[in-house]
Amino acid sequence: MSAKFLRHIMLVLVPVVGAALVLPHVYSNQLLLFNFLVYLVLAQGVNVIYGFTGYLPFGFVGFFGAGAYGFALAVMHLHAPPLVGMLFGAAAAVLLGVVLTPLLRLSGAYFAIANLAAALAAYQVISNPSLESLTKGPYGVSLSGVFDPQLSYHVGVLILAATLLLVIYLRNSRFGLSLQAIKDDPISASMAGVAVVRGRTVAWLLSALIAGLIGSDFAWFVSVFYPETVFSAEFSVFALVFALFGGVATVTGPVLGVLLLYGLYNAIGISTPQYFQLIYGALIMLLVLFLPNGLTSLLQRRGVDVP
Amino acid sequence: MLTYSITAGLVFGLYFCLVGLGLNLVFGVMRIVNLAHGDFLMLGAFSAFWLYSLLHIHPIATVLIVTVGFIALGIPLYYLLVPRLLKAKDPEMLSIILFFGFSQVIEAITTISFGPSDRSIPGRVLGTAPMHVLGQSLPSAWIVSGAVSAVAVGCLYLYLYRTRLGRLTRAVMVHRDEALATGIDVNRVSAIAFGVGLALAAVGGVFAPFMLGSFGPAMGVDINIQSFAVIVIGSLGSPMGTVLGGLIYGVSEMLMQTYFSSWAGLLPYVLLILILLIRPSGLLGKKVRSA
Repeated sequence: MSAKFLRHIMLVLVPVVGAALVLPHVYSNQLLLFNFLVYLVLAQGVNVIYGFTGYLPFGFVGFFGAGAYGFALAVMHLHAPPLVGMLFGAAAAVLLGVVLTPLLRLSGAYFAIANLAAALAAYQVISNPSLESLTKGPYGVSLSGVFDPQLSYHVGVLILAATLLLVIYLRNSRFGLSLQAIKDDPISASMAGVAVVRGRTVAWLLSALIAGLIGSDFAWFVSVFYPETVFSAEFSVFALVFALFGGVATVTGPVLGVLLLYGLYNAIGISTPQYFQLIYGALIMLLVLFLPNGLTSLLQRRGVDVP
Repeated sequence: MLTYSITAGLVFGLYFCLVGLGLNLVFGVMRIVNLAHGDFLMLGAFSAFWLYSLLHIHPIATVLIVTVGFIALGIPLYYLLVPRLLKAKDPEMLSIILFFGFSQVIEAITTISFGPSDRSIPGRVLGTAPMHVLGQSLPSAWIVSGAVSAVAVGCLYLYLYRTRLGRLTRAVMVHRDEALATGIDVNRVSAIAFGVGLALAAVGGVFAPFMLGSFGPAMGVDINIQSFAVIVIGSLGSPMGTVLGGLIYGVSEMLMQTYFSSWAGLLPYVLLILILLIRPSGLLGKKVRSA
């Protein structure tokens, strides 16, 4: 383990995870803290696939929803204990990732649109009234039997720690470098001996796994939800915007993005989401036009090594 | 049942051609993805609604108003957003994000101004008696909408193939840099194409209340996916391929609704993904895969 690796752990992972563990004792709104966890993990999941390979996952929520429903189905039909249910949720998301692997053959915009369509298709299947006996269709699931906000919150913190560790690894390893080489120029990378297809597939499945894990933990934490809750496009959009705003391909960027923007979102108040929608829409436009590499690029341009 | 589905599908198909056409024109000329396309369509629907309910202007007249209005809106918008975007490292990818942000802005402003609820215009505005086409009787609002769509497609064809500006537009579509090198004012041509693209979306919006039942500020996302399905089936970057895509989409949508109605909602997504994977260039088109 290199000194840089340790430095990144000390500078980002320890304070973020520490805060996530301490805050519930000081601040009583645990749902809000949990939502922060969810977005911290999702933004890093977007970071893994978009930041390191350049594929824009517009339908990232598909994995989140698959995780939530994998968990719910295992708990409802197999009476699995929550931690086993989470394995099913993670497996469902990875399975969806495997099914969608052919999409990685598409470039740029085509991938983004196809991924969005795939997430909407997954939602259509889950919420279809014809599958009511299996998924409860549009009427939503209730898993009140396993409701345990304390434990599920701490499992969420664990997922966050593991995700941060993975991104720190990508940031400091040969594998992460080879992914960025693929992103910059796949043909030169393959000529330099980088396994292009394997690299991007691994990154894709890892990001699916991250989203699936936090999706199943979300299902456990809230315990009662509808298909449109866990397949809400808001998850994809927020995760992408937060990651982009902070700056991808770093560990700090997505964390900064979530803390600043999701903080702002809650400050404005969820009761009038249009105002936040207006602000983040305008922010996205300004970002693309004036700061396409995110906040951290301001520091990186000055030669600062941002974790 | 079958002939009814196919006839109605063809009429809807003409409408979906119109819905996809503007998106494809913008992509063809600028290689950018206007993810706010559905929101411009929504603005067209709101224009039709307000002009009808406040000033009693007939939707057909609204078509002329929004055509002029949205071309006039699109040209400055082009100069504001696109040249800067095209200078970026990966304009196609960034355009998705930029115009997604724009769509959020439009949706938010519309919701703040008019509230989130859905609206509609009664179909009788476009005629009350059902009309007979190919032995089937269809609501006249559908026929009128389909006919106007056909006229709009025809006008775009005349513009692209029978005018000097259209010839220049097609030159930019084929090769932007070469067009620039031969002295074409690429920005001017693109700006007009951008305006025409928005106008086509808005004209589609005028008939949205009749073809889609109702409309509201949040309709953009669905329209975007449907438009994408339509233009991907035809071919990205080829506006006239959209006509084929629209007709296929319209007919298959109607067949789904007749025979597998509970799964009809899946159609645009599945069609989009399958065609991208099997024949990513669309039914009439060139190669787009990266690896």
